[in-house]
Amino acid sequence: MQPRTVLGAATVHRFDAIVVGAGGAGLRCALELSEHDYSVAVISKLYPVRSHTGAAQGGVGAALGNEEEDKPEWHFFDTVKGSDYLGDQDAIELMCEEAIAAVYELEHFGLPFSRTPDGKIAQRPFGGHTRNFGEAPVKRAAYAADRTGHMILHTLFDQCVKKEVRFFNEFYVLDLLKDGDACLGVVAYELATGEIHIFQAKATFIGTGGYGRVYSITSNAHASTGDCMAVCLRRGIPLEDMEFVQFHPTGLRRLGILVSEAARGEGGILRNREDLDNIGSGKDGFMAAVAPTVKDLAPRDMVARAIYDEIKAGRGIDGSGDTGSDYVYLDLVHLGEMVINTKLPDISHFSRTYLAVDPIVEPIPVQPTTHYAMGGIPTDTQGRVMRNARNEPVEGLYAAGEVACVSVHGANRLGTNSLVDIVVFGRRAGADMARYLKDAQFGHIGSEPDAFVRSEIDRLKHGGGKERVADIRKAMQSVMMVNSGVFRTEENLTTARDTIAELRQRYRQVGVGDQSDYFNTELVEAVELGFMLDIAGTIAESALNRTESRGAHSREDYPERDDKNWLKHTFISVDEDGQVSFDYKPVTITKFKPKPRVY
Amino acid sequence: MQVTVEIWRYDPVTEESHFDSFVREADPTERVLDVMLAIKDEDDGSVAFRKSCAHGVCGSDAMEINGLNRLACQVLIQDLETDLIRIRPLRGMKVLRDLIVDMDPFFEGLKQVQPYFIPAEEAPATEYRQSIDERAAFDDTTKCIMCGACTTSCPSFWSNDAYLGPAAFVKAHRFIFDSRDAGDSVRSCFRPRRLAVAPASSWSLV
Repeated sequence: MQPRTVLGAATVHRFDAIVVGAGGAGLRCALELSEHDYSVAVISKLYPVRSHTGAAQGGVGAALGNEEEDKPEWHFFDTVKGSDYLGDQDAIELMCEEAIAAVYELEHFGLPFSRTPDGKIAQRPFGGHTRNFGEAPVKRAAYAADRTGHMILHTLFDQCVKKEVRFFNEFYVLDLLKDGDACLGVVAYELATGEIHIFQAKATFIGTGGYGRVYSITSNAHASTGDCMAVCLRRGIPLEDMEFVQFHPTGLRRLGILVSEAARGEGGILRNREDLDNIGSGKDGFMAAVAPTVKDLAPRDMVARAIYDEIKAGRGIDGSGDTGSDYVYLDLVHLGEMVINTKLPDISHFSRTYLAVDPIVEPIPVQPTTHYAMGGIPTDTQGRVMRNARNEPVEGLYAAGEVACVSVHGANRLGTNSLVDIVVFGRRAGADMARYLKDAQFGHIGSEPDAFVRSEIDRLKHGGGKERVADIRKAMQSVMMVNSGVFRTEENLTTARDTIAELRQRYRQVGVGDQSDYFNTELVEAVELGFMLDIAGTIAESALNRTESRGAHSREDYPERDDKNWLKHTFISVDEDGQVSFDYKPVTITKFKPKPRVY
Repeated sequence: MQVTVEIWRYDPVTEESHFDSFVREADPTERVLDVMLAIKDEDDGSVAFRKSCAHGVCGSDAMEINGLNRLACQVLIQDLETDLIRIRPLRGMKVLRDLIVDMDPFFEGLKQVQPYFIPAEEAPATEYRQSIDERAAFDDTTKCIMCGACTTSCPSFWSNDAYLGPAAFVKAHRFIFDSRDAGDSVRSCFRPRRLAVAPASSWSLV
């Protein structure tokens, strides 16, 4: 048993290391720590197998070369080019090399990958992944049908069960304990009872994922509310590259539910209203003119823009020109029943269930959906969190996965690289924590470390505020979707920024009707909204600040990439009065000099 | 269309339970979860239930909807073929509040089948080889999202504390039928005593 004492009304736990978040990054980190003789706890606001890693579909990228020739160096190049040259090349090179061992390791943990006829891990093409520096698409995505994330999440959880890792399920981390530039642990709210817990630790890892719910149309889970990004921001840690938000080209119309890029990897083709006669023919669609070499397998930022361009030109399926409601078709009909049912079973099921569309006989209505945070908590390649743009760490604090920014994804992440990121950098963070713990001591926690959390909960429950969480949340999601989405201008970003500022004022008057201590999900949603508003503000401010177009950040008023002024990472900070400031970090460039990005 | 949604309420302090009824406009193609979220947003914020991915892959929102255990995010209003929707928490588990049940015993129970890969041989330099047919043999049971809907719909699970329920069999099958796994002998130790089912070799999932 761990020492457990009561301090004030909070329960205090002490562990050598704590892992916040039980998705792929957190579980991989915990597994690494379990190899050592340290006390470790994983804290998650969900049960671990509910984590959003489980929703990843298409594959995990690694140059295994199981289906055709491939090299880590090609993967490295593709990722740099995909990032629009904003990714740090030291980190990308390392990730692409370690991806191979990481995927074999997952297989050795029992992950049931799909197989080639000779019994190896099967691989498929994916957007932006090419052979020989851009010649043609390459089969690099190792996959388990279209449930690769589910298999990774469950396999890592199984291994944690085997290693008897300690879990605190449905504990919601609301604050970071800091002493100067060191992290001493976290404050968490126990959903079941409403109790406050202090988790004191020598080393703390954050792997709580992204913030897709800031937008109205998203592939992300309800739980993806940017919690620990906002917690870090409030505790003085800057966030890096927040202007870069990935919109996945193919979300189910209106719902935003992800239709994997694997659908295009297997040969799916996007079609506009002028192309309806070609459904089922396998002939090229509108992407052939946008990216002649890779066509429908161009990177996500380019495909999402191309879809919006089609819609704006009146060539969407309903022809209205409204990017909010119009859509295009994803045509899988020519692939045939066998391929669709065996290689893309889940997305076919989603299409049938939610849209009553059977992709075997008709095309799937799709529109871009908010999908992934390229930016986040700045870290180095050991997963250590940086407290500024000068690479000075927060002692004892680590992060990896979508919540973090290493940066391996730069201005646009390639499909399959998020799953690579979580296993490679989750492991690296765990390994560095184990090294760090050899000499680390528990810090001194001052009196009432939970005062801030208590006062916030008290205000929300008992402050008498009349504003409703749902009203503010809907207004935020809508303004971000319309004004901080695929295409941006100074005007609409200013609208986004100012509206978010107004909503933050209104948030101070939010009142929670539910007074219960037990599973007070209304209170949880109010807290999540507070975090999301902070994140939305950093996205709008960072996007307004970057006066160029690069990767997923597409400014119609600054349509060109501007390497002279903007080949650098943004660090945004917000002080206690809400004042925003920016700092910048140079991009690490080793092998590949920036070039125009054509496919 | 207009729907009437009856939601089970349970207050752990007073230990009192009842149905609350909400009348709402809903599109037939909406998910039951969408209607529940609208109720929570606009009618009564205190209604407590779990949710996350909202498209049937995370397993958070398993509940009893019109008499059947299912995921609220996977059922459309039109699927129910009625305008009366009655929602209860999963049976056979301790209700903690409203539709939220204690899932800890479910996950603890699974541990008895040693729910993890036990390799037959030392790891090779690359991957363990497995044929497409060998992989297909346990494909169905790799899909389980551990929502608990199957186990908690089983009367034997409600009445017999020692009975682990179908989700545990599924998890055991996923490993026993994996050609790379050698945990069979280990897992068989508990089988006669705990699961009381036929030998693994005769199992088939339909």
